[in-house]
Amino acid sequence: MLDTNIKQLETEEDVKKVITENENVMICCGRMGPMCIPVYGIMEELKKSFSHVKFHAQSFDIPGAMFIKKIPECSSFRGLPFTVYFKNGEVVAATTSIQTKEQVIEILEQKFKA
Amino acid sequence: MENVIIAGSGPAGLTAAIYTARSGLKPLVLSGFIPGGQLTVSEAVANYPGFFEPISGQELMTRFRKQAERFGVRFKAKAIKNVTKTENALEVDMGSEKIETKALIIATGAQARRLQIPSEPKFYGRGISGCAVCDGSFFCDKHVLVIGGGDKAMQDAVLLTKFANKVTIVHRRDYLRASAIEIEKAKNNSKIEWLIPWIVQKILGKDTVAGVILKNTETEDVRELNCEGIFVAIGHDPKTEAFKDLVKIDENGFILVEPGSTRTSMSGIFACGDVCDPVYKQAAVAVGQGCMAALDLEKYLQKEK
Repeated sequence: MLDTNIKQLETEEDVKKVITENENVMICCGRMGPMCIPVYGIMEELKKSFSHVKFHAQSFDIPGAMFIKKIPECSSFRGLPFTVYFKNGEVVAATTSIQTKEQVIEILEQKFKA
Repeated sequence: MENVIIAGSGPAGLTAAIYTARSGLKPLVLSGFIPGGQLTVSEAVANYPGFFEPISGQELMTRFRKQAERFGVRFKAKAIKNVTKTENALEVDMGSEKIETKALIIATGAQARRLQIPSEPKFYGRGISGCAVCDGSFFCDKHVLVIGGGDKAMQDAVLLTKFANKVTIVHRRDYLRASAIEIEKAKNNSKIEWLIPWIVQKILGKDTVAGVILKNTETEDVRELNCEGIFVAIGHDPKTEAFKDLVKIDENGFILVEPGSTRTSMSGIFACGDVCDPVYKQAAVAVGQGCMAALDLEKYLQKEK
């Protein structure tokens, strides 16, 4: 389990359910490390201002993370966390390693217009 | 209005927080972009007094934070954008929020340097990393480079041998800054090779790192080397961008403090840890300076009453 207030996804079924039942979803898949913790913090901070987006976290080391790991957009990723943005169940953006708040906001505004 | 805001949550900032909290000053810590600071990317800290066995940097900083929380220290996951001196206070601007404080301790530490070569940004997270603890496992049975000659580079190289089939340390000078004990560990590891004095000129690859072009800094020979990962450990620069117009800073960006104290050029502002230490850059030194900053600040607030 990750030590974050962002709602966590456990299984591949959980991931599929969230991305099919919600129009805009951001999932950050990582560990409790220095490259990942800032991204969870950014998500917590942005939750209110992007209320039309569902924010979720997932531990990279559980079997349920295989769904994110197998996404083609993540195939070249070699840095944690893997952060994937879904619109209507489709991947619209994916980033690897630490991101700044400005980088996250840019994607949220571009891909998930309110 | 706050009594004291502490910018930064590494060893210096959290020590200042513990001391000011125990003095009843109810400090607010702005934990910054990477809570816990640089130490959190260290797999094992073996030279911090009181820990007979090595402790991970993440675990050590979690303990610092828990100790601070026990004394009532409050945290906000924010970083300072700007500070303005008003008539009776300092106004701390965090972008989305402004807070007034009687005094400020700057303990923002330093940030890891990057290679500064044009092909680097494209490969960050796609073969280039600054955190061997975080990303080492992506390089099982691969050849990786570690760039640097300090303790962090030696430790990263040894750690990466748990995953990679070969680790090559690339360093620009013909001598190493690392401590003898860390150099010895690396030299005794049969998976580690050395390229000294070489620098990376270009990173090769399509979507992920596939190799590098290296140049010998003495002979100017150039060679190509295949590798899948590059771990950068070439030191840090002080994080003083938000304070450069507020307090005096030296030509390398370090905040200048009065000798033997943590007082900066601006009354009510104190600095401690790597943000004002161009020489030692050690957690144990940062802790000592964090304590000094708290005591200097206490005296300042008593005088101002």
